[in-house]
Amino acid sequence: MSSNSNANRDLSAVDYVFRVGGEGGEGVISTGEMLTVALARAGFEIYTFRTYPAEIKGGHANYQVRASGKLLLSYGAAVDVLLAFNEEAYQKHIKDVRPGGVVIYDSDSFTPPVNNALIYYAVPMTSLATEKIGVKLTKNIIALGICAQLFDLPFETFQDLLKEKFTRKGETVVQKNLQALQVGADYIKQQPKRDPIRMGRGPRQAKELVLSGNESLALGAIAAGCRIYAGYPITPATDIMEFLARELPKLGGYVVQTEDEISAMGVVLGASFAGKKAMTGTSGPGFSLMTEMMGLAVVAELPAVVVNVQRVGPSTGMPTKTEQGDLYLAMYGGHGNCPRIVMALTSVEDCFYGIMRAFNIAEQFQMPVVVLSDASLGHRKATVPVPDPSKVTVIERRKPSADQMANYKRYQFTPDHVSPMSIPGMEGGGYVAEGLEHNESGYPAASNHENHLRLTQKRYGKFVAVEAISNDLVRLYGDPHPEIGVIGWGATEGVIREAVELAQAKGYSVGALHPKILYPLPLAKLSEFIKGTKAVIIPEVNYTGQFATSLRKRFAIDFVQLNKCIGLPFTPKEILDKIEEVATNVHANRRAAVVPVHL
Amino acid sequence: MSTQIAEQPWSPSTYKTDEHPIWCPGCGDFGVLDSLYKSLAGLKVPPKDLVVVSGIGCSGRTPGFIKSYGFHSLHGRVLPVALGVKLANPSLHVFGVGGDGDGFAIGGGHIPHAARRNPDMVYIVMDNSTYGLTKGQYSPTSQVGHQAGSTPYGNIEQPLNPLAMLIAYGATFVGQGYSGKPKELTDLITKAAEHKGFAFLNVISPCITFHNTYKVIPPRLKEMPADHDATNRAKAFELALQTEHLLLGVFYQVQQPTFEEGVASVIKKAQAASPPRLEAIFAEFS
Repeated sequence: MSSNSNANRDLSAVDYVFRVGGEGGEGVISTGEMLTVALARAGFEIYTFRTYPAEIKGGHANYQVRASGKLLLSYGAAVDVLLAFNEEAYQKHIKDVRPGGVVIYDSDSFTPPVNNALIYYAVPMTSLATEKIGVKLTKNIIALGICAQLFDLPFETFQDLLKEKFTRKGETVVQKNLQALQVGADYIKQQPKRDPIRMGRGPRQAKELVLSGNESLALGAIAAGCRIYAGYPITPATDIMEFLARELPKLGGYVVQTEDEISAMGVVLGASFAGKKAMTGTSGPGFSLMTEMMGLAVVAELPAVVVNVQRVGPSTGMPTKTEQGDLYLAMYGGHGNCPRIVMALTSVEDCFYGIMRAFNIAEQFQMPVVVLSDASLGHRKATVPVPDPSKVTVIERRKPSADQMANYKRYQFTPDHVSPMSIPGMEGGGYVAEGLEHNESGYPAASNHENHLRLTQKRYGKFVAVEAISNDLVRLYGDPHPEIGVIGWGATEGVIREAVELAQAKGYSVGALHPKILYPLPLAKLSEFIKGTKAVIIPEVNYTGQFATSLRKRFAIDFVQLNKCIGLPFTPKEILDKIEEVATNVHANRRAAVVPVHL
Repeated sequence: MSTQIAEQPWSPSTYKTDEHPIWCPGCGDFGVLDSLYKSLAGLKVPPKDLVVVSGIGCSGRTPGFIKSYGFHSLHGRVLPVALGVKLANPSLHVFGVGGDGDGFAIGGGHIPHAARRNPDMVYIVMDNSTYGLTKGQYSPTSQVGHQAGSTPYGNIEQPLNPLAMLIAYGATFVGQGYSGKPKELTDLITKAAEHKGFAFLNVISPCITFHNTYKVIPPRLKEMPADHDATNRAKAFELALQTEHLLLGVFYQVQQPTFEEGVASVIKKAQAASPPRLEAIFAEFS
């Protein structure tokens, strides 16, 4: 059983990538998730990555968890331990296993070719499951027992997890699973341990949570005071709706599953108009449908939070794969001059605080705030300190004073362009939330040319104050005055930071700036950062460089684009390689290669 | 704010605003608006607790003419916005208003879901069988052969039957009125407002400019048979399907739990099982 002694152990050197692969729908994901929670409870930092087929049953699924004694910023590089339930999983992932890595496989399913560079553990998982437990599906739990024993993970943690997971299904099911765990452990005990991987107990003592990006976001929304959510099921955003459907009623709120995404945002705007904080969440296809409602929210000046957990587009695209392809739509989607705020979430922890800030900005400025996440962030799990809602002071919308109520004008001109907003039920506050161009009082003014300009100036005028906030919401990593700058957005924060650290260790002058509000841009911070650089790299998980394009509009320099468009997030090495390439060119006094962009 | 609330006279003028309707003289919507004022006054609905949600079209301008809170939303999106308002504050009196194009064409996808959810609100469609604001194209309720801007050789599509549709969708109150019969229409709006649940009113409201039916509608009008049992769905459906007359009155009315009651029961169930605190939710993820 696991040792509690960490004397003479360098826990920061404990850093392993475990990958589980097999047939979709046969428990690959739940095996990975249980392993993840067990590693987290054992005191390790975790960072997961999963790919799963678009099919419900069948197809290949895999789940990866990186566990370490130090802070993790990316899902890692080579695989240290591959758990292969079938030959397809083996064939697909063996190329990613590092030399000296471990392969645990179901020997009832296939026999891999001999490779002396790897360490193999053959376990007849299927026959152990059918013969010793009588339930074929328990092979997943047998595999967990093997991992617990082989890598010296706290066995009782796995036992607790199985009890928590299966208690609802009755005592027999719990016992069968506990038995399967033991069968796995006992089986592997009979084989000599031939690999050096030992986890034991990790360094983390503080109470932490294991959350996915979507869960963290949903919790943050609750903390911000969101009590109404309307949405339509869509991968990879559905679990936000399911989470809130479970949790919001406990706090007096409710989730409506609407007939489509247009309706979802209609419900949000109606609820916001009536005084509640409301949110919708979706992915690209649903977000496309919401563009007409974005315009209404802008012109009627209604607070609303719209989450887009981006997936590969266009159209139905690749529903389970990740991309940063919706920035243009978030910034500019809709007709007319249509200012809205666009924020991008950067990590699982940031999902909590980021969505709280999104609600604050929506309420403070009475505008829609689009919050971009993506499949890689929404669905990955990480250990995060218990969120502290008091770190973000919750802001409520401006209400009219008694004086203002005496002659109430809903869209009254004010120095900061934000007008006091009455709520149905308030005596004397009646007005029409108006989708037509209107005057200060809210009366339609669809033929008054000068009025349209003033109202447009009012709506855009809010950007001045939002820009001040966006300048406070940037993160800097590495050298603050670097030769080579990296500017990223959204879920690439961790992987860029890791690449920058690796490049600095190699002696490069590199730094990264990561804005959390992309529209309006934090121009002051961007100018300051870009000024001293010799080259700036913009890594994006899209084809055309949507963020680079928006930066080019503001800064007349040749940003170096690094685009990845295969439905997968960056690895640290991909960004490191680009940094080295650009740095070499800079030092050779050559301009970094710039591919003309006509897109 | 002042604690002294001025005594409400509860007259139709209580609800009139300074804004003058943009409608053409003789538009049926004036009649609907007048009946709405009278009904609201009779029901003594405080303007501060009244929300009128509309879509786009001539009738979509209605909220501006009623002293209340209003939401002039998007073409076809009356019902989602109205649902959001009601969900946020069930104590509000919510009226949705719009035209036949707004409701049955572009917004048609929302109607079955509003009907089956049964929020306690009134939805009035001012049906003139044309698109007035875009100067006279055929609408989902135009008859076959109807000649208009977009059907110069005559409409080839069957009109839909709003009453049969709403009865089929499960609306708990379905009625029909005529803008030219203000007293009956006022009574009908009052009945719809007093109904607990989703009340749909199809109000025939002629467009004097682009599809003047003032001569052809009145001869077809007929009061609902006095012996009609409005709780009989099959009978209501039968009456809705007959095309000889335009029946005025309540076709169908039943009591079913409202959306808000459902929401309240979910909240009660959830709170019985778990303390309503954020920390309790955090604990689930440790």
